[in-house]
Parts: sequence; C-alpha cells; structure tokens
Amino acid sequence: MKQKNTTALTAELLARFDDFTSALNGESEKPLFQLRKEAISAFETLGIPSTKNEEYKFTPIGKAIDKKINVGKPSIDNVGSLTEDRVTPYHIPDLKGNILVFHNGIFSKELSSVVSSPDAIRIQPLSEAYKEASEQFVRNFSKYADVQNDAFTALNTAFSTEGSFIEVSKNQVIEDPIILHFIQDAAQGAAFQSPRNLVLVGENSQVNIVEKFDAVSESNTWTNAVSEVVLEEGANVSFYKVQNDTDEALHTNHTQVYQSKNSTFSAYTFTFSGDMVRNNLNIVLDGEGAEANMYGLYLVKGKSHIDNHTVVDHKQPHANSNELYKGILDESSKGVFNGKIFVRQEAQKTNAFQSNNTILLSDNAVINTKPQLEIWADDVKCSHGCTTGQLDEDALFYLRARGLSKESARAMLLYAFASDVLERVSIAPLKNYLEAIIAERFEQNF
Amino acid sequence: MLKIENLKASIEGKQILNGIDLEVKPGEVHAIMGPNGSGKSTLASVLAGREDYEVDGGSVEFLGNDLLEFAPEERAREGIFLAFQYPVEIPGVSSTNFMKTALNQVREHRGQTTLDAVSFLSLMKEKMKIVDIDQSLLSRPLNEGFSGGEKKRNEIFQMAMLEPKLAILDETDSGLDIDALKIVASGVNKLKSKDNATIVVTHYQRLLDYIVPDYVHVLYKGKIVKSGTKELALTLEEKGYDWIKDEVDSNV
Repeated sequence: MKQKNTTALTAELLARFDDFTSALNGESEKPLFQLRKEAISAFETLGIPSTKNEEYKFTPIGKAIDKKINVGKPSIDNVGSLTEDRVTPYHIPDLKGNILVFHNGIFSKELSSVVSSPDAIRIQPLSEAYKEASEQFVRNFSKYADVQNDAFTALNTAFSTEGSFIEVSKNQVIEDPIILHFIQDAAQGAAFQSPRNLVLVGENSQVNIVEKFDAVSESNTWTNAVSEVVLEEGANVSFYKVQNDTDEALHTNHTQVYQSKNSTFSAYTFTFSGDMVRNNLNIVLDGEGAEANMYGLYLVKGKSHIDNHTVVDHKQPHANSNELYKGILDESSKGVFNGKIFVRQEAQKTNAFQSNNTILLSDNAVINTKPQLEIWADDVKCSHGCTTGQLDEDALFYLRARGLSKESARAMLLYAFASDVLERVSIAPLKNYLEAIIAERFEQNF
Repeated sequence: MLKIENLKASIEGKQILNGIDLEVKPGEVHAIMGPNGSGKSTLASVLAGREDYEVDGGSVEFLGNDLLEFAPEERAREGIFLAFQYPVEIPGVSSTNFMKTALNQVREHRGQTTLDAVSFLSLMKEKMKIVDIDQSLLSRPLNEGFSGGEKKRNEIFQMAMLEPKLAILDETDSGLDIDALKIVASGVNKLKSKDNATIVVTHYQRLLDYIVPDYVHVLYKGKIVKSGTKELALTLEEKGYDWIKDEVDSNV
C-alpha cells in the first residue's frame, strides 16, 4: 500500500470531525463548541506537518500517522471493559494519591479516586468541567496552547472529550500527587485518544502531577495529548510524564506552561518505548524570579523514534531556566532534541542553561540534536552543550579489571549516566518504579 | 605463579612488546623499570586484559591457566589486580556500591559466600585503615574529583578488598608527593605475604626505597634487556638509562 502524503492524511482526519461532532449530543449548542470549530479549521489550514516543516525535519510524523490512520475513530463509544485487575499491573507500586484513570480516552469512575480536600483542590474529569463550564474553566481553557500554529494542538482541541481540570486554591500544599493514568487498549480494534488537561495553580501553592501512559495490548494506538499548566505567583509545580506504551504506539503531545512571578515549574519526561513519540514542552516565563526546570530521559531500542522539542521564552528579568535531557539509544532507534531558548530584551539577568547528552549503543542509532538560542537582552548568562558518544571504554575496562562482569559493568555505567536525571525525582515510589524499569532494561542487556 | 614466555603485543599495528620473558613466584616482588615508551605500561595492560592490545605471540601462564584466554573480569577473579596509572573517574557510580558488586562477583567466583551490607561495611572499615582512606571519600562517586594521591590510595584500598594473588602496580608513584607515596607503599607492604606476589612498574627508583624488590628488570624497546637485584635500580638512579640503551643498541 502506498504511503499517503500529509495532505491526504489531513483530509482523512478532517472527514472524521463531522462523524465525531454528530455523536456529541447537544454539545454543539454550548459556547465551548466554538473552540472545536476554530480548532478544526486551524488544523485544516495547518495540516499534518511534512518533513519540509523545519520543526518536523527529522521526524516524519506523517509516515507514523499513516500507519495509525485506521485507528478507531475518535469517538466516545469506543470503550472496552477495563477491570481493576487489568489496570493494576500498570499502577506505580506504593504511589498513593489522587488517581484518575482513563480507558481509551474515557474516564473510569470506578477505578479513580480523589483523596485531597475539595477546599484545597478541585480535581475533575474534563467532561464534567466541560459540562459545568465554570467561569475559571472557560476563561482559561485553550487560552495558552497555540491552536493556530500547532497542528496537533489544534487536532486535540477539536477532538478531546476527556482529561482533567485541576484547580489548586491559594496557599495550598497538596501532599498527595495527582496521577493521570491514560490506558489504551487496542484489543477490540485500534484506539485513538486525545487527552486534555488544564491545571491552574493558585498563588504560593504546590502540587505534583504524574501523567502516565500505558497500552495494555500491542498494535495500533495513537495518543495526541495536550496539557496547559498555569502557575500564579509563587506557585510550585512538578509535572512528570511517564511514557511506556508499546513499541507500536504513536504518541504526540504538547505541554504548555505559563509562569508568573517567583513560580517554579519542573518537568520530568521519561520515555521508554514507542514507535514514534513527539513531546513538545513550551514554557513562558512571564514574571521576575520565575524558574523552569526541564529534565528528560529517553531509553529506547528497536526502531523507536523519540523527539523532544522544548521552548523556553524568557520574557521578564531575573528568571532561570535549566534543562537537562539524556538519552540512551540502542539498535536502530532515533532521537531528536531541539531546545529553543528565547531571551527577550526586557529579560535582563536571565540565567539559561541547556544540555543534551546521548549515548549511542549501536552503529545504527542516531541522534539529531539542535540547540537554538535567540537572545535580545545583553546582560544574561546562557549556555548550552551537547555530547554524543559511546559507552566510555576506559571506564568499562576499569570496572571489569575489578572483577565486574561485562554486563554488570555496562549496566553500572548506563545507570550512572541516567542517574543525573533520575536523582531529581522527588516522589520516592515514582523514583523506585522508574529505577526498576531502568534496571530491568540494563540487566537484559537493553 | 606467573610465567611469561616470549610475549609479543601491538596496538593499532604498532609492535610494543617484542618478546618478554618473566617468571614470578609467590612471595616475590619484581620491579619493572625502563625509559618512557619502553613498553612498561603496555605489559601491565596486557596482563590485565585490556582489549586495545593485540597479543601477537608468546604465552602467559597464571596459576597453571592460560591467562590470555581470560576476559579482564576473569583475570581479576582469578587473582590479578592492576593498580591503574590513571584511575578512571566515573561520575554517578558510587564507590561503595561498585566495590560491593565487584567484591561479591569475585567472591562468588572463588567459591566464597557473598557479603551482605553489614559484613561488607565492616570489612571495608577494616581495609580502609591500611591506606588511611577516609569514609567520606568512599561515599563519593568513584574517583570523581579525587586528588592524585586519593586516587592511588583508592587503588590500594580496592586491592586490599579484593585480596589478589598478583598485584601489578602501574606507575603508582607518578604524581605523588613523598607523604602520599609513603602511605601507598606502606599499604602495599602490609598486603604482602608469602602467598602473593607484586610487580611494581616504575620509571624512578624512588618508590623502590619503600617497596623493596627482590628482582629488578629493565625494559627497553619491548624486551627485558637486563635483570638484577635491587642494586640495579640504584645504578639506574645514579647513571640514568642511557648506558643501558647504548649497551643494547651497540649489540644490535
């Protein structure tokens, strides 16, 4: 079968929009429906990006979508039965908190539980927030992520029916993390989901969010997620993403962050598998003293293609951004890293650091890494660096000369390489869980 | 214990060892001296199993086995220990965790029981005294940011932990001030017994004041050109290597 070009793929997805909207009973009367219409028309204009698009130069996303284009229509009735025993293996052991479980994009009330006080935090499935259309929700929903210029954000905005709306009041430290668990099950046919999250964090409040993506069966799944996170003055948010679907999965997602004065946002992105994964992380630092931390770790093999695009926009003075992405690529896997840092003229005294380090374990593994710094202010400290290499042979020999088997020595060195990122994870059960995945990978010789 | 016969080795097509013969018996200390580029460190690396070197001929027998057949880790487990000239800094690998994993893999190979955390730590404490190494150093990543002296002390500490049959000290004195040198040498001396042996590879006689050799061999152009007792080292210290070079080169 001939591969469809991006125009044909765009047309197919557009055709689905009509089917989809006719299934949305009565929603077309609601004001939020207007957003879907705007989004689909933006998508029509933008289309699926081809590799001629600079942002997708190394990531032939059309090819990956072509493989998934027959995935189940993005509808609200595409649900199989997901019982607790099928979900449990994908839970993070000992991680207690507020858990929202979604199955093929549908919220599962039975498998979810909210433990934090509603006075401190509102945690709602998106479908409820959509229905309720509270002032806060309407005022913020889809106001941060760029529907007009990003095809996948537009697509998500057009099709999303489920996800979460999280609103933290002022001066609250939310001890229990929020776990957003998206599980796809292609057992009854292919699955397509468009998870959407809106997170509003009030002044001086603190919250940890874990987004976890799993697929319970091999074969066709496509997740196209968008999260918008808004931090008021002094807010502190840790946002974890754990991508561990199957090697067949296509995963596109966009995280848009808006930071006010003295707020701190830390993103941790862990990618362990996927046919093609494209992560966009865009952070706007729009207040003095704001701090953004971006950590990423990708460990893949086979033919996985992992693309991390990050953008930090320093709009105000005295803000800091730190970025550290590390990758280990084996077999024929590919990595793409693109880190943009903008420092506007007003943003004096900016500190911005970026680094991307990759170990290639095979001659066929490839990384394309590109730092992109645009600086208009003159009193700033910015640096970037990237390294790509093999496992350090001298270190390997040193360890073996002390009696360590080649496999143990290799695992020890890879673990050490990854530990820079892993060590930043402050939720102990999550850290243990990630450590176990990584250790297992290294022990079975990747 | 160790019997090297006509050993030849090269790296990237360049011949470095041109037929080494050497026999080491339990309880002995052998010093290998020689000018820069004579092949001293190559010999140490080949014995430890560094894969960059190609062995082109000859044989090495260690405790009755063909040493050249063994991978580096098998050599270590059988009882070869190379104290590196330049110990590698390995960020992210905890010294303690590394040592515990290494020791237990070695013990397993030797048919000993593996150590749990408690008995490992108490053994570590005991061995730390030998080279006067501080606990805080071992809670850091392996060799990372260690001074030259600290790295060398850590090498001897690892040697004390692994209890090798044959220790090969590759230029252990390089970059050490006299106090550090004394500590390292005293550590090596404490570990000496009638059952184990030591090969000291060095350019200078200085270290041999503290680790007294039974035999001294001079390596030049990849061959042992002269062997003697510790007095030979003193002669070299006094007269340098030129007279040996002249002697050898005029015989060619």
